[in-house]
Amino acid sequence: MSDVDVRPPAAAAGAAGAADEPSGLRGSVSALTARMRGGDLGVAPVVAGLIVIWTVMQILNPVFLSSDNLSNLTMEMVPVGVISLGVVFMLLVGQIDLSVGSLSGVSAAVTAVLFVDQGFNPWLAVLAAVAIACLIGWVYAQVFNRFGVPSFVITLAGLLGFLGLQLHVLGPKGAINLPFDSRLVTFAQLDFVPPWLAYTLVVLAAAALYGTGHARASARRKAGLTATSQRVLIARSVAVLAGLVLAVWYLNRDRGVGWMFVFFLALVVVANYVLTRTKYGKAVYAVGGNVEAARRAGINVRTIYTSAFVICTTLAAIGGILAAARLAAANQSTGAGDVNLNAIAAAVIGGTSLFGGRGGAFASLLGILVIQSISNGLTLLNLDSSYRFMVTGVVLMLAVALDSVARRSRASAGRA
Amino acid sequence: MSSSPPSPTRSVAADAGKAGGTPAPLLSLRGISKSFGAVAALTDVDLDVSAGEVVALVGDNGAGKSTLVKTLSGVHPPTSGTITFEGREVSVASPAAAQQLGIATVFQDLALCENLNVIENLFLGRELRGLRLDDVAMEVRSRELLKQLSAKIPSVRVPIAGLSGGQRQTVAIARSLLGDPKIIILDEPTAALGVAQTAEVLNLIERLRERGHGVIMISHNMADVKAVADTVAVLRLGRNNGVFDAATTSAEELVAAITGATDNEVTRRASRSAGGATTAAEPAGTTADKEGDADE
Repeated sequence: MSDVDVRPPAAAAGAAGAADEPSGLRGSVSALTARMRGGDLGVAPVVAGLIVIWTVMQILNPVFLSSDNLSNLTMEMVPVGVISLGVVFMLLVGQIDLSVGSLSGVSAAVTAVLFVDQGFNPWLAVLAAVAIACLIGWVYAQVFNRFGVPSFVITLAGLLGFLGLQLHVLGPKGAINLPFDSRLVTFAQLDFVPPWLAYTLVVLAAAALYGTGHARASARRKAGLTATSQRVLIARSVAVLAGLVLAVWYLNRDRGVGWMFVFFLALVVVANYVLTRTKYGKAVYAVGGNVEAARRAGINVRTIYTSAFVICTTLAAIGGILAAARLAAANQSTGAGDVNLNAIAAAVIGGTSLFGGRGGAFASLLGILVIQSISNGLTLLNLDSSYRFMVTGVVLMLAVALDSVARRSRASAGRA
Repeated sequence: MSSSPPSPTRSVAADAGKAGGTPAPLLSLRGISKSFGAVAALTDVDLDVSAGEVVALVGDNGAGKSTLVKTLSGVHPPTSGTITFEGREVSVASPAAAQQLGIATVFQDLALCENLNVIENLFLGRELRGLRLDDVAMEVRSRELLKQLSAKIPSVRVPIAGLSGGQRQTVAIARSLLGDPKIIILDEPTAALGVAQTAEVLNLIERLRERGHGVIMISHNMADVKAVADTVAVLRLGRNNGVFDAATTSAEELVAAITGATDNEVTRRASRSAGGATTAAEPAGTTADKEGDADE
């Protein structure tokens, strides 16, 4: 994502080099502003939007930014956040999955039935539900690849069909409670990272950020390429360290950082690595950007589509199970209502293009943070869901409009 | 493009190559025919390409240029005829087989991903170290390659969407070079390009010749053909209609061969403006090849 590389002119080698960015901290800032002026907004609009939302919410209700509420917020956002991470993969290949809500509901129902009614080991129940979701994704992909049905239509059918399946699996009771003392429920409700471990993880993350950045920069320097300067690397790592330490400290004034949230962060980081640093990730972007070019480059386009469908349905299942665990019940409304659209909206608000080939894993994290902040803040104000829907709708519209404007200025600045 | 008189040394070299004596052609097609059902797209076509030679393949729409290129790139295997590559008779059954042999094709729609940058496009589908991309090595290789081609790309890290048509063509050609091909086929590389961009691409074709690649270039533009080609192979109605030495043949003669008639509006107008039959020496002003003295 916001990978601010600065190229010292001294190291500018090669004909194509002639990189004009100056070095040092100031250089990286000016490069960033130049990029943003060119319409490459990155995460800036989401972060700005988040600041506005948080400020307004805090003014309206001083509880909003309390440790208690923020700790709650980080836990609340995980289920839909995980689903939206899957949606990011679908959007990146230029397709969409409208059935993520229903799928998450079915998976929650399957898990609950197997675990509570059939007495399975909870992990086995989870595994079974996830496996079923995998299979569904595979079937979607087969229909898509073999019959050429648009993903929009396939998953619209799935949306209806799996809603029915969810109701059927739950049976006449319509709801199954998960035992409060099961690992599943404690993971989603009660398990918090002990403070010492949280701080250790933060330090490790910052160190890893510096370490990988340093290794990369020195490899580039050795090869005579321009590289991120040492000062920028250190500044970036220190900023991340300070930010995370502050966040952990603040959350630890109340319950702390939930394991479920750490799990979500880990998923996002892994997905980010896969998308940016592997051959598979490049293929995903290539398919989303120009299918024909990807095919001619020897990429197995069908496999890439299949993988995106399967990743999306799998993550939707995991999200659904987490939602059920958080509620300690799987019922008819798990995954229903606005889950579907919130997951897709989060991906888009976070900066993933609906037209494919643009965006990243962190979009889901930032997007869901925006959506959940609105929802949480309005709930604190005792406003009912009618307002929540309307405000979220406006924010989504703003995000898409901003994306379109940015795309236009990217085109005129030649960065599209 | 400057207009200097055609170099006599080149034509000698081209003649020597064509004579088939000393340097055997890198690629030679003999009696290639291709029919789609009852339609004969190619009949008995011959074509020779040597290393370091630019062969322009010209012809009217429907003359079979694209079909011929497709037989070479493995898209449509020929119905009959032989393809000899580096002295061996080969069959080009699939695009992968063509790649394997060392025949790379840059089609007219360049097939680049606009959302990816130059490096990512160059290495698309053949990235180094799939599970932890070796972007340093890829960037070094990209820069080297573009430097060899004297390509004017602002930065290898800009998305393709930010490049001009000529720069995109350059990237597409550079990508075909990554597989280290011996023959490069360019399908209308200058179509839809501006004047400066066309010059850029023509320079690039010169680079390819200097590097010792055999180049087959499809073109409709006689000025471009005269500017870079050594040999011009004319196709008409799916058959050979003459192989010309680019340096000594006028654009009118080529047009005549393409259309199958010496008497048409182009030749009439040329003769009117030059006021006589000796017209052919300097047609259109820009046809000569500025690098003519450099090679050989």
